[in-house]
Amino acid sequence: MARTATFVALVALLAGVASAKDTPGVTATEIKIGQTMPYSGPASAYGVIGKGEAAYFKMINESGGINGRKINLISVDDGYSPPKTVEQARKLVESEGVAFMFQTLGTAPNTAIQKYLQQKQVPQLFVATGADKFGDPKGNPWTMGWQPSYRIESRIYGRYVLKEKPDAKICVLYQNDDFGKDYLIGLKEALGDKYATMVVKEASYEVTDPTIDSQVVSLQGSGCTALITAATPKFAAQTIRKVFDIGWKPLHFMSNVSISVAAVLQPAGVDKSVGIITGIYLKDPNDPAFKDDPGMNEWRAFMKKYMPDADTNDANYVYAYGVATTLVQVLKQCGNDLSRENIMKQAANLQGLKLSVAIPGTEIRTSPSDYRPFSQMQLARFNGKSFERFGPVLSGD
Amino acid sequence: MSRGAAKIVGLAALGVVACAVPFVASSFHVFQLTQIVVYAIALLGLNLLTGFNGQISLGHGAFYAIGAYTTAILLDKVGFPYWATVPIAGALCFGVGFLFGLPALRLEGPYLALATFALAVTTPQLLKVNALERWTGGVQGLLVEKPGSPIGGVLDADQWLYFLSLGVAFGLYLVAWNLLRGRTGRALMAIRDHPIAAATMGIDTALYKSLTFGVSACYTGVAGALGALLAGFVSPDSFTILLSIHFIVGVVVGGIASIGGMLFGAAFVTLVPNLADRISQAAPWAIYGAVLIAFMILMPTGAAGFARAVARRLFRGGNQPI
Repeated sequence: MARTATFVALVALLAGVASAKDTPGVTATEIKIGQTMPYSGPASAYGVIGKGEAAYFKMINESGGINGRKINLISVDDGYSPPKTVEQARKLVESEGVAFMFQTLGTAPNTAIQKYLQQKQVPQLFVATGADKFGDPKGNPWTMGWQPSYRIESRIYGRYVLKEKPDAKICVLYQNDDFGKDYLIGLKEALGDKYATMVVKEASYEVTDPTIDSQVVSLQGSGCTALITAATPKFAAQTIRKVFDIGWKPLHFMSNVSISVAAVLQPAGVDKSVGIITGIYLKDPNDPAFKDDPGMNEWRAFMKKYMPDADTNDANYVYAYGVATTLVQVLKQCGNDLSRENIMKQAANLQGLKLSVAIPGTEIRTSPSDYRPFSQMQLARFNGKSFERFGPVLSGD
Repeated sequence: MSRGAAKIVGLAALGVVACAVPFVASSFHVFQLTQIVVYAIALLGLNLLTGFNGQISLGHGAFYAIGAYTTAILLDKVGFPYWATVPIAGALCFGVGFLFGLPALRLEGPYLALATFALAVTTPQLLKVNALERWTGGVQGLLVEKPGSPIGGVLDADQWLYFLSLGVAFGLYLVAWNLLRGRTGRALMAIRDHPIAAATMGIDTALYKSLTFGVSACYTGVAGALGALLAGFVSPDSFTILLSIHFIVGVVVGGIASIGGMLFGAAFVTLVPNLADRISQAAPWAIYGAVLIAFMILMPTGAAGFARAVARRLFRGGNQPI
């Protein structure tokens, strides 16, 4: 035992010395970073995020890189299968020798590699998932999320209702897993003592359920006037349709995950979707309000030059642009000290970064005790064509 | 040199290489090799059933999952030592496989394939069921403590797990080889080739078929247990239907009814997806499919069949009657 401990200490010491001297993947002309993406498998629609980011770094590299260093993103397929993610992450860290991992996608894949990366002290930056557990500087100091977590989104809905409709009777329809339960936690945090009196019913569904009709009917029966739906796209569409069909007209908050016009609102019926409220943090490429927006024009120019064949209606490219911009800011702040410690330190030292593709008024802030870069949203209501923003930017911190 | 002697020399060389590799390869490659060895055990199990007994299973990913979860739960919730969880996982899978084999007796060929397919698609969803969540961790899955090396100065954790898996694989290969070359093996193949004739000769086909199902599931469960230790994490997303399909692909590519080819089949299913991803991220599975088709045209009887054909050519003089 003592021998093992000495050995481990020695290895840790050596690792420490090595990383202080020179970070793997960093040379005078290059920063090599790794990423796993579901280019195949059930979540392959998100694969465009990796492609968008690669294109963004290409643009940065063509204009000289960062402090003379070009970004070399090695993005590999994990098919959304956690054991494959482990294999690929180890390959990137140990064989390719990347400086850190960036935007690995999915809750389960990220959970699978988190411990390994913590042990190796390799930054797991800006993971592409809304699960709140990736913003935990004490437990996992080498992991950081990026987008507003489900919990933060739910807090924003709760606080809005508390302020604007204090008499409302709230009910929640949630998917019975981590994703759905994060919404319950956020709502409890927002309402505090009032949770017991304001929330009249919680109903859950399993991803395996064929429909959510009975849940919707029972929620209506509870006398609820403000419904928060934490559902994935298929169930979100079913909920919107059922709520409309039974003639129920609650204040309807819909998870930011399920607000795609093409994937949710059209299948549900756009006329039935009028009035749906959600929280948004990035500019919608289809929103006419941003037709002449300088920030979105910057994005459009980028898309035209670096991704000429891509579908510019796909909001995932806006997301990719936003995250990649954030990383470039971190690397700029690092200067010439690209040790893993400093990369993490600078990621936790973002002082009000404004993104050209984010909703005006929002900014990215992190600190050594706050590992949730994005924690603001603005509410938006569906008007039959697009989401119309209203009210001030709200914070979920 | 005769064929038999060449075979022994070849196997000995393979053994020496297998033991030497972890000391020269990077720890990632040791990890990847371990993955291949683990898959080879699972493929061996499936091949006992499909190759030698003629029962097609599209559901072995389910047994792999049961093995993996058994290890994860025993480690995480009960606090067993990791080495004890592997045989327990195997035993449990033997039981489940045997019991599943009983009703499956009534099903032949494509019907059995469908029944096992159902098993494979059900398992990831069962793992998410609420009632079991306290044990399985639900959608979130379970983290598995990676075993440290008991001889830390000599082997690191990756190398230790490699030798552990290699040892288990070697043992299970010996058992399979022993099982197949004698009475039992002949009975299995007789049932595969002509079930009525086999029954007429006094073989208890029902018992043999169920037992084969159990043994096959046991092998795959042991592989699952080792796989969980290797990946350090289990979740329903880890064991989708695709895993079962990978196993079938591995068995066919390695060579149906060959126990030696499974190592090759395992290497194929582990490495070719990475290769495909390198060639095209737009359509990795199209590349994978193309490689698979090319492979089956080149080696219609799998790697083992190909190796046998090559050996026949090389040693033609010594072995054939004139």
